[in-house]
Amino acid sequence: MKKELNVIIVGVGGQGTLLASRLLGNALISSGYDIKVSEVHGMSQRGGSVVTYVRAGKEVASPIIERGGADIMLAFEPLEAARWLSYLKKGGRIIVNTGKIDPMPVITGASEYPEGIIEKLAGKNIDLTVTDALSLAKEAGSVKAVNVVLMGILATGTDIPLEVWEQSVNETVPERFLELNLKAFRMGYEQ
Amino acid sequence: MKKLLLGNEAVARGLYEAGCRVVSSYPGTPSTEITEYAAEYKEIYAEWAPNEKVAAEVAIGAAIAGARSFCGMKHVGLNVAADPLYTASYTGINGGMVIAVADDPGMHSSQNEQDSRHHAIAAKLPMLEPSDSQECRDFALLAYTLSEQYDTPVIIRLSTRVSHSRSLVQTGERVDVPVKEYKKDPGKYVMMPAMAIKRHAVVEQRMKALTEWAESNAQINRVMGNENAKIGIITSGVSYQYAKEALGENACYLKLDMINPLPVKKIREFAARFETVYVVEELDGIIEAHCKANGVNVIGKELFGNLGELSQRIVAEKILGKINETEQFGEDLPGRPPVLCPGCPHRGIFYVLKKLKLTVSGDIGCYTLGALPPLGALDACVCMGASVSMLHGMNKARGDEFAAGAVAVIGDSTFIHSGVTGLIDIAYNRGVSTVLILDNSITGMTGHQQNPTTGYDIHGDPTAAVNLEALCKACGIPRVRVVDPAQLSETEKAVKEELAAKEPSVIIVRRPCALLKSVKHAPPLHADKEACTGCKACMRIGCPAISIKDKKAVIDPAQCVGCGVCVQMCKFGAIKRGDAQ
Repeated sequence: MKKELNVIIVGVGGQGTLLASRLLGNALISSGYDIKVSEVHGMSQRGGSVVTYVRAGKEVASPIIERGGADIMLAFEPLEAARWLSYLKKGGRIIVNTGKIDPMPVITGASEYPEGIIEKLAGKNIDLTVTDALSLAKEAGSVKAVNVVLMGILATGTDIPLEVWEQSVNETVPERFLELNLKAFRMGYEQ
Repeated sequence: MKKLLLGNEAVARGLYEAGCRVVSSYPGTPSTEITEYAAEYKEIYAEWAPNEKVAAEVAIGAAIAGARSFCGMKHVGLNVAADPLYTASYTGINGGMVIAVADDPGMHSSQNEQDSRHHAIAAKLPMLEPSDSQECRDFALLAYTLSEQYDTPVIIRLSTRVSHSRSLVQTGERVDVPVKEYKKDPGKYVMMPAMAIKRHAVVEQRMKALTEWAESNAQINRVMGNENAKIGIITSGVSYQYAKEALGENACYLKLDMINPLPVKKIREFAARFETVYVVEELDGIIEAHCKANGVNVIGKELFGNLGELSQRIVAEKILGKINETEQFGEDLPGRPPVLCPGCPHRGIFYVLKKLKLTVSGDIGCYTLGALPPLGALDACVCMGASVSMLHGMNKARGDEFAAGAVAVIGDSTFIHSGVTGLIDIAYNRGVSTVLILDNSITGMTGHQQNPTTGYDIHGDPTAAVNLEALCKACGIPRVRVVDPAQLSETEKAVKEELAAKEPSVIIVRRPCALLKSVKHAPPLHADKEACTGCKACMRIGCPAISIKDKKAVIDPAQCVGCGVCVQMCKFGAIKRGDAQ
């Protein structure tokens, strides 16, 4: 078991980042960590840039992660990966979903969606995984399972056993979507 | 076994365990979930009140009647509830009464960054400040004990990072606290001058007694960390967690669990032991001013300022001069402000208001987002209910010609909260204002709470509903009509007609929130590539489902809910129902 683990989950309001953080939180508790999870509710949930911090350790004090503090970043969207990059430790692990969502300034034509984010990220001192989670989620049976697919990918880099993760999926998602989410999690895990 | 609870959920757990019986609140981020979780306990009567003043009065009434009671609100809600609260400080309670107020440093979801500790000081009420979910639960229990022991309402001060963080909580069982005997006692509960003069003296005595308790009780205002360190930190709430994270064993901490009244002796004794003493507190320098007023030399706001949130990084930078090096993306990136959802009923009305180039007096809710591009319709937004009364003021200042080009927009819940009083002012004082009630059948921004206009209570059970049309007429408004904002030309016609009328009018702009489960969506629309000329007229409504790819409009079928507002924007008939071929 690692001494501590700091995970930052970034995306766009409505993408299911909160559920992902709960899933991760439950798995970390089952592994014996003290944890804190900091969420964003209210205005940013309306399609804004959202961030959730998940911190695990022997005893966690601050509920937030600061610039240069995250061991892992899970980015649901490339532009958000770029926006929050400075929160990752040098050499830290980053998982980026390739599905782009245009922000309103791009939709209105006030700015352009930056070109080549993934290529630029690849040039940084970070451990980059790029994934098309939407295709995997569709294969699992629902476009809404992107969050759980991404958690499956994140799970592979941790020392938490698969059973613990699956138990956490079980505790986190509604029962009627359990089978779908377990499938989505496995698809991410086996990537 | 410990449970992972949201700070707000832990407050609710504490209320439950303390034997709380009556909860009345108005939703407000970041406080809303306390009441939502409290409503899940069948032993607690819980309700959404029309506003925070009513909620506080319900809780005061319940407490005087002998039950343990609670009301929760955000920081600006405490301003609304301040009137009853300042006098409840004089009457005291019978059953225990606890108020939770959630501040929002950094303004994640608020219109200002006020520090609620000022209210506790001014109202002479004890205030506890938890720093994590465990303390949220523990301090709720402690607050009831203090409330009954010292005959006073007790405030629990939260902040966004405490309310909306999850951490592990050791819970306990509920203690059944019976409703206390109620005895008529006008000297205590009827606050008119003769009685209030006597009660004020009681309040001052109580504050002295509470200060004594704060000095001597070992359970609160604890000294923690390395007692041999050179640095002493005086702090409270989530700031304690930031300081501990940043400084660890390099410092010793005096954690002030009760931030009103503050101890004097304890602070002096603590400060005397260290070479340098810092006060780490968010927003205003309240602890710092207290230290300095009592001759304790501390460093605080000169280092930290009083804007926004603190963090472990800020504490480490300011005190240790430590700066973390990180990877930078190294490019200016487009921002991602929050937006009105696809299918949002507010989109159509804001498009019409912008098209007509009207002055728009705005209010608090999802529809405040109508201020952002491309809709950019709002001119002002101050506080709950202000749109209506501010429009009246604008129109009285600038006259009828101005009034013919100005409207107020206010949501259904906000109108009931405090917009209706402004509307009465308009009718009573011969105004000609045009008020638009954006009735989306729910309290939206705080995450779908029922309100007095929806016909459902906090549990989703059917109940009486305010009839907005009848209410506006009863206020003395002669012209009241209803439109569907998804019908752009009808909506535009209604707005023009009401602005032209030389009488006050209300337009109820009615369409339910697109996120409500009860709302059935039409199939997604698509843009016909052949018919689309790339004129971008459909982009003027700022729908996140529509974008331009290769100079043609594209509609994202995963986001589109088929509301059809964009169809009315397209002169070329390029936006069609059914799947794209």
